Amino acid sequence: MSMKEIASWALNVANLRGASYADVRIVDERARSLATKNGKVGSASDGESLGAGVRVIADGAWGFAATDDLKRESVEGTAAKAVAIAKASARVKQYDVRLAPEKAVTDEWATPCRVDPFTLSVEDHLALLLRIDSELRAVKGVTLAETGLSFRRYEQWFYSSEGADIHQTKYITGAGYAAYSFAGTEISKRSYPNSFGGQYQNKGYELIDELKLVENARRIGEEAVALHQAPQCPEGKFTIVLDSSQLGLQIHESVGHPIELDRVLGMEANFAGTSFLTLEKLRTLRYGSDLVNVVADATPAHGPGLGTFAYDDEGVPAQCTPIISNGRFTGYLSSRETAHSIGETRSGATMRAEGWNRIPLIRMTNISILPGEKPLSFEQLLASTEDGIYMQTNRSWSIDDKRYQFQFGCEIGWEIKGGKLGRMMKNPSYSGITTEFWNSMDAICSRDEWTLWGTPNCGKGQPMQTMGTGHGASPARFRAVRVGSAYKGT
Amino acid sequence: MLTADQARELFARVLKHSHADETEVILSGGAHALTRFANNTIHQNVAEESAALSVRVVVGGRTARASTNKLDEESIRRTVAAAEALAKVQAPDADLLPMATAAEAGAAPDGAPSRYFDETAAITPEDRAQAVRSIVEVASKNKLTAAGIYSTSAEAEAILNSRGLEQFHQQTSSEISITMLGGDSSGWQKANSPDARNLDAASLAETAARKARESAAPRELAPGKYTVILEPAAVLDLVGFMFWDFGGQALLDQRSFLNDRVGKKIFGEDITIWDDVTHAWQSGAPFDGEGVCRQRVKLVENGVVKRLVYARGTAAKIKQSELAAKLGEVAATGHGFPLPNEMGEAPMNVVFEGGPAASRRTVEQMIASTERGVLVTRLWYIREVDPYEKILTGMTRDGTFAIENGKLRHGIRNFRFNQSLLHMLSSVEAMGEPVRASGEESFDMVVPAMQVKDFNFTEVTKF
Repeated sequence: MSMKEIASWALNVANLRGASYADVRIVDERARSLATKNGKVGSASDGESLGAGVRVIADGAWGFAATDDLKRESVEGTAAKAVAIAKASARVKQYDVRLAPEKAVTDEWATPCRVDPFTLSVEDHLALLLRIDSELRAVKGVTLAETGLSFRRYEQWFYSSEGADIHQTKYITGAGYAAYSFAGTEISKRSYPNSFGGQYQNKGYELIDELKLVENARRIGEEAVALHQAPQCPEGKFTIVLDSSQLGLQIHESVGHPIELDRVLGMEANFAGTSFLTLEKLRTLRYGSDLVNVVADATPAHGPGLGTFAYDDEGVPAQCTPIISNGRFTGYLSSRETAHSIGETRSGATMRAEGWNRIPLIRMTNISILPGEKPLSFEQLLASTEDGIYMQTNRSWSIDDKRYQFQFGCEIGWEIKGGKLGRMMKNPSYSGITTEFWNSMDAICSRDEWTLWGTPNCGKGQPMQTMGTGHGASPARFRAVRVGSAYKGT
Repeated sequence: MLTADQARELFARVLKHSHADETEVILSGGAHALTRFANNTIHQNVAEESAALSVRVVVGGRTARASTNKLDEESIRRTVAAAEALAKVQAPDADLLPMATAAEAGAAPDGAPSRYFDETAAITPEDRAQAVRSIVEVASKNKLTAAGIYSTSAEAEAILNSRGLEQFHQQTSSEISITMLGGDSSGWQKANSPDARNLDAASLAETAARKARESAAPRELAPGKYTVILEPAAVLDLVGFMFWDFGGQALLDQRSFLNDRVGKKIFGEDITIWDDVTHAWQSGAPFDGEGVCRQRVKLVENGVVKRLVYARGTAAKIKQSELAAKLGEVAATGHGFPLPNEMGEAPMNVVFEGGPAASRRTVEQMIASTERGVLVTRLWYIREVDPYEKILTGMTRDGTFAIENGKLRHGIRNFRFNQSLLHMLSSVEAMGEPVRASGEESFDMVVPAMQVKDFNFTEVTKF
């Protein structure tokens, strides 16, 4: 039985029951997760999942139903249920759903993947993790060492009542580790290559070799312990330099989320919130300084980011949309349903679902700040900074429900004095208002310092679903930023 | 939906393919539906039916897990083989206990109510649409727009192992969450229950609408320390961040804020907290990830951390460690996560006692006793700033009010807070009647509203 035949059962029933539009996504997914903790395997698990989701418009409203039973009776019943749900939705509507037109495509695409991680030896994976663990715990004072690897293969077939037939396969690989040190009244933490699980890209096992995991472990353990002796980050207004991983998260929270058009239009109001980027701000708002150029780029040319694909989950080809151009706000993330609200005749191709049992939502693709055009290395950026604080690797993050006021904490900081890194600092944090912050950026490093980071678990929607997003960034400098408010008054 | 007989039949099929020393199966399945609305329109409406099979094996003192949702014979065979292969490449773990027997699982504590209601399982998309219509009518009457959800589900969960343990649980759940939006203000309410008949959509809508109306034209207050009155959902979303530290494994790993604090008074005298799955307003299965029955555990008594929760393996490790002398009674309490895992265990059915009945205050009484303060409906985007001092940051949201001279005066722009939970729970001036509360940042609990002095608002946003 082919996936196309399974999908045709659903599309036929949806049509017969009165749907004006229907699409079917069948997803076959495989995942492997390995973790160690303090010299032992912490967890080792494999998982697989197969199912189909049917999305329809009937009586001008949406319905969706999903099943993991792909026998004909079940698939047809699921399609019928989706139509019945749509007709129930139509009882409480203010307008009919209208989709921007999109040419139906037949195509196949797969993530470039040099080494399929599922063909490799699990013993070798565990041996790598235990080597890292050994390096971390060789440092006296490290009280907890955690390491992890994860691999995912996501294969999707998309069919629509308009004739689309798209088959895509993605490999997602991730790795990272953390060292904790408990002493006195402090639990300090250092992570590599990034916090909360590490670095993730749409790649095969070749990512692991690129990350230099073992080589950095000793340093990370030493920094976790050294933080106890470091002075507390001061409070006040300072020039700050952010490392590229922290800047990636800053982009995610203060650019990527507010540009989601469904959020702007109130569709996420009960959970994730709305956005300060109301529609009249498009092309008028000065979002950042002249140096701020941000794109939403899902095309493979941008890199193997978690937001890279050939087609979104409405069958629209991947695009690159300018979001901030020389500081001016120029673009949203849109869908077939929302494009018309900003005068567009075509979707921006940003709709993705977590799996077969969730509807696609507008999601960040690769929301990246472009590197500086003039050559500027990290050393040169420091050298041109007389007095400031360098902050590295996120530890806490929080922003209000319109995406204005934020606060971030990092794992480690260093003072910058006379163009050089000086003393280590603990508990660095900074806060501000989104547009004021981005308008204070006065330098960004160039291409050699740019990394395409992966955030594997961005949460959105009800029921909740998570999605991988990509964020490219180089280290950058910001002036007169409020620092240290996380510990003020505590 | 999965029945106990079907669970046994699936387990038998798994066992046929297993060559392991021990085999355990976790089965889950059910039907979930959610009607979502925004701008006074149902804009998303979803339903799912699914089942999952998760197999754990023990081979020569090594364990691993593999999962699938494909229940044909070949997929089951492949899943068992995947678990066995993952187990065999590891070194034996001297701390790994044999799987629990039925006797070791213990008896469920007395009094756990049934949490399955046919009326909830039978709710249709049309029923949910009708409820949403009543919410939208309240919005329209108040010239507001409504956003939110109405969800229902019926699910079953089973754990069986080759040492004779069998556990089975069925439950329904229902939830309504409503945000009412005005031009420059909003209000919010949320409730859930295993029994949908306990949810009153129109009443929740009226309260959310009132909050949106009354907080219109918000003014800005200066950041600083204020007496706050936190409604139960706000309390829940804050305190939820500490319960992941109340497990024995967290202390073994030295990642808990309770390192060196068990047996010590770290909260106010009025704080007593249980973990109690049998409480009438709690929900969830009465057994843990190994099938061990969840015991009632008094975690905190009059501000003193009395006891932690323990998975079987954690309890055994601690008894052989230096920690044993510092932690009081150490025994398996039935709070373990499915093995293998790094976290160990955590209390998941938290109940705050709320102080003596005579001392309890309504939110209105707390307001009336406040000369200058802030009423908080809910909190948002809470994250941990400091893991040992348990400093949390986040924002107020959807109905934040200034209190002056015992009255609500006007809405205010939302604040960012940076607040230590140790300080907060030592600064409680009054508590309300504990209620079942639901937020967004933590699991549901039974908590009271709280009046807290010197709550630390550090910055203010633009709305």
